Amino acid sequence: MPMLRRKLLMTLVLVVTACGSGWAQAAEDGLDMHMLNRLAFGPSADSVAMLQQLGVEGWVNQQLHPETIAEPRRLTDRLAGLETQQLDPVTLLERYRPPKDGDPDARKAARKQMRMVTREAGQAHLLRALYSSRQLQEVMVDFWFNHFNIFAAKGLDALWIGDYEDKAIRPHVMGRFRDLLEATARHPAMLFYLDNWQNTAPGSPGAKGKETGLNENYARELMELHTLGVDGGYTQDDVIALARVLTGWGIVRPRQARAIGSQDGFAFDENRHDYGDKIFLGHTIHGQGAAEIEQALDILAASPATAHHISFELAQYFVADQPPPALVERLTRRWMDSKGDIRAVLKDLFASPEFRSPATVAAKFKTPFQYVVSATRAADVDVVNFRPLFGAMKRLGQPLYGCLTPDGYKNTRDAWLNPDALALRISFATALGSGHMPLDRPPPQTDDEEADQPVPPPPPEPMRQRPVPLDADRLAALLGAALSDKTRDAVNTAPPQLKAAVVLGSPDFMAH
Amino acid sequence: MPMARRRFLELAGAALGATVLPLGGRSWALAAEAPVTRRLVVVMLRGAVDGLNVVAPYGDPLYAPLRPNIGLAAPGSAEGLLDLDGHFGLHPALAAVMPLWQSRRLAFVHACGSPDPSRSHFDAQDYMESATPGVRTTADGWMNRLVGVLPAPHAPTQAISLGATRPRILGGAQPTSNLSLGPNAGKPMPVDRPAVASAFAGLYGGSDALSRAYQDGQMARQELSADMQAEQAAADNGAVNAKGFPAIAARLANLLSRDDHIQLAFADLGGWDTHVNQGAAKGQLAAHLQPLGEGLAALAQGLGPQLDGTVVLVMSEFGRTARENGNKGTDHGHGNVMWVLGGQVAGGRIHGAWPGLAPDALYQGRDLAVTTDFRRVIAAALKHHLGLGDRQIATVLPPSPPFDGALPGLFLG
Repeated sequence: MPMLRRKLLMTLVLVVTACGSGWAQAAEDGLDMHMLNRLAFGPSADSVAMLQQLGVEGWVNQQLHPETIAEPRRLTDRLAGLETQQLDPVTLLERYRPPKDGDPDARKAARKQMRMVTREAGQAHLLRALYSSRQLQEVMVDFWFNHFNIFAAKGLDALWIGDYEDKAIRPHVMGRFRDLLEATARHPAMLFYLDNWQNTAPGSPGAKGKETGLNENYARELMELHTLGVDGGYTQDDVIALARVLTGWGIVRPRQARAIGSQDGFAFDENRHDYGDKIFLGHTIHGQGAAEIEQALDILAASPATAHHISFELAQYFVADQPPPALVERLTRRWMDSKGDIRAVLKDLFASPEFRSPATVAAKFKTPFQYVVSATRAADVDVVNFRPLFGAMKRLGQPLYGCLTPDGYKNTRDAWLNPDALALRISFATALGSGHMPLDRPPPQTDDEEADQPVPPPPPEPMRQRPVPLDADRLAALLGAALSDKTRDAVNTAPPQLKAAVVLGSPDFMAH
Repeated sequence: MPMARRRFLELAGAALGATVLPLGGRSWALAAEAPVTRRLVVVMLRGAVDGLNVVAPYGDPLYAPLRPNIGLAAPGSAEGLLDLDGHFGLHPALAAVMPLWQSRRLAFVHACGSPDPSRSHFDAQDYMESATPGVRTTADGWMNRLVGVLPAPHAPTQAISLGATRPRILGGAQPTSNLSLGPNAGKPMPVDRPAVASAFAGLYGGSDALSRAYQDGQMARQELSADMQAEQAAADNGAVNAKGFPAIAARLANLLSRDDHIQLAFADLGGWDTHVNQGAAKGQLAAHLQPLGEGLAALAQGLGPQLDGTVVLVMSEFGRTARENGNKGTDHGHGNVMWVLGGQVAGGRIHGAWPGLAPDALYQGRDLAVTTDFRRVIAAALKHHLGLGDRQIATVLPPSPPFDGALPGLFLG
C-alpha cells in the first residue's frame, strides 16, 4: 500500500482521538497530493507552492474558477510564439489547405505544412498541461476533448484541431454543458470529422453532387457518445429524425466566408435543409431551419439520460474505474438541479466522501498522457524539444490527437496496463531520470520534421558533458506521501544515475 | 526452441537448479512446453467494413440499383469485380488473395453477424470480442478464455496481440502479451539493460497487476526479441520495403514460423467507417482493402506449409446499409461477411444462407440480414481446427443468448 493511502487511513482512524498535530499534518499531506494528482497533472514545484499558500480547500476553490488565476510568463510567452495557433479556421483554410491537384511536390509540401499546424496545436496542448497554473481547467480539457473527440489525421481537422480545443472546448469546460454542446456542434472540426457538413435533405434545392441525401454519422454519435449514452432510450427512427434536423448544418465554403465575414468556419445552408416536421424522442420539431437544431440540443442537454451518462464518466475519470453508483446518482441529481452546471457538479464531486476516501487515493492507473505529462512536470524541465514526448505517447498507444474513433481515449487501467506499456514507461523514466532525454535542447533539424519519430541519441561531441541525472532527493521530496517505503528503499539501493529513474518508473508513479 | 528462449531458460534453470522457474508471482513448468501445431489468428476490422462491397452479390439484380455511385461493376467489365462463383465477386483491390481463393484456402461466410441489433460501433465490437452479444458486463474476451481451455501451462507468449494496448478480446485472467511489429520491433529498450532491470526488479517482483504485467513483458521480450531481430536483419538485407499492414503481416508470419509457442495472435485495423465518399473500385474503401489483402497474402506466403495448421479469421462489428447514403457512402448496418483462411477450411466457397437484397429480406428494410451468428464460425474453428470439445467451446462461447453451434461444412473432414 502506498504510504499516502496508509497515512490517510491511519489518520482518519486516529486523528479524532489523538488529535496530534503530526497526524493531522500527515493527513493534510496525503490530501494535498491526492488533489494534485487528480485535479492537476501531478505535482510540480509551482503547483505545490500554490497549494501550500492557499490551503487545500482554497486551492480547489480557486481551481474551479480558472479565470481568476494568472498564467505564468513561462507559458504565455511560449503560446504566443505558436503562430498558427493564433489563426481562425477560415484563415487557416485559406493559408494551408493543400491544392486539390497540381504539382505533386507542391501538394506534398502543403501536406507537410498541415502537419506542422497540427504539431503546433499539440505543442500548445502539452505546454498548457505542463505549465498552466489553471491545472484543473487543463484536466477538464483532457476529459471533454476525449468526450467530444475528433481526429487530427482526418483531412482538414489537421488544421482545425487546435482551434477546436481552444474555442469549442476550453472556454466551456466548467461552464454550462448546453454551451459546451453548442460550441462543439458549431465547430467546423466536429462537423467535418463526423461528416455532417455533407448531410443533406434529399430533393432539396441544394442537393447535388456528393451531397444528395442524409448522413447519419453525427446524429448517432451526438446521442450515443455526446449526450444520452448508448442506453439513453433512442431508436433508429430518432437517429434518422435527428439527421434530418441536422441537414444543412455545416461548414462555410471558403469563397462565401469573406463575403459574409465569417471567421469561425460555421455555416447553415438552408438550401440543403429538410423543412418537414420531425418526431424526435417523442417531441415534435416543426420545420423551421437552424432553430430546430437549437431545440434538439435543448432536448438532449436537458435529458436525465445525459445527466447520468456524463456523471458516470466524471466519476470514472476522477474517482474510480468502477465508480460508486451512489456517487453517480448524487452527481446526476446535482446535474439535473443545476441544469447542467459543470462547475456545480465538480464541486460536489471533489467534496464527496467517495472522492476523498483512502480507497480512492492512488487507485487510478495513469493514462499514457497523464504519465508522460506528470513525469515531465516533476522533472521541472523547460521543454523545447517535444519529440520525445510525442513519441512516447505514440508508442504507448495514445498519440496526441490521434484517436481515430469518436469515443476518445479511455482512462481505465484495463485500457492501458499491459506488458509492453510497462516496459516502455520504465524505459521512458530511465531516459528522463538519467538525463538522456534532451527535452530542453532544440531537436536536430531534419528534412522531415515528423513530430512522432523517436529521436536518435545525439552524436557524441568532444565538449559534451556527461548526462546529468535528475535530482532524486528533490523528486522524492516533491512526491512526498505518494512514494511508498518500498520505492524509497529501491531508490536508496539504486546506482546514482538511476535513482531518479526509479522514482519515475516506480509503481507509485504509475498510479494517481 | 528458439535460441534466446533456450538460453534464458538454461540460465534460469542453472541458477535455480529446478525445472520450475519462478519469477516473482509467475511460474510455469518447463517440461510441459510442447510446440504448437494448430494456431488461430484473428484480424478485426474496426469501424464496420462494407461487406457488400468486399464480397459483392453482383448476380443479384437488386445490388446495382441500391448503389448507383459506389456499386462495383460485374466481372469482365472495366475495374470490375473478381468473380468468385458466378453470383458473388471480390472487390478488385483484393486481387492479392484471389490465388488463395482459387487454391481453396479461403472461404467467406456471408450475411454473418451478431444476433444483437446494435448499430453502435463500440457495443458491437465489445460483443464480438466478449462473444456475449447483448451482455455488456462480461469481464473477459473470448480469446483470453480460449487460452484458459488450451493445455496448460500458459506462458505470456501463448497469445499475442499486435499494437500498443491489449485489446478487449484478449483481456482477462490468462497472461497474454502485446508487441509492436513496427520497424523498431525487437530493438532492446533501456529496461532490458541488466543494471536497469536490476534497479526495478524489487519493485515489480510481486503478484499484483503491475508486477504481473512487468514480468510477462520481460518474459515475452526474452523469448521474442531475438526472433524479431533476426527477422528484421533478414528483411533489411532484402529489397522488401513494404509499409503498413503487409509489412506487419510478413513480420508476424516470420515470428510465428520461428516461434512454436505462439498459438493465438490478434491484429486490428481501423478506418472502415465510410460514411462519405466511400469510392467504388478505387477510393477510400479500396485504399484500405488493398493493404489488407496484400497483408493476408503475405501472412499466408510467410507461413508456407504452416498455413495448414493456421486458421485466420477476419471479422468486423457489423455491416453497412445496403443502400448508399446521400454522400456516396454507407451508414451503420447489420449483416456482414466474415473471412476464413487456411487450415482445413472448405475454401473456394461462400458459406451461409444468402437472404438476398429484396426490401422485405433486408433487416429493418435497410441492412443485409444476419443468417449466420458470428459465434458459429468461431465455434467451427474451435471444434474442427483446434479440436476442442463441447464443454470447452461453451466456456469460450457461452450459449447466452443461445446459438446453433458450429457452422457445418466450413471445414473439411
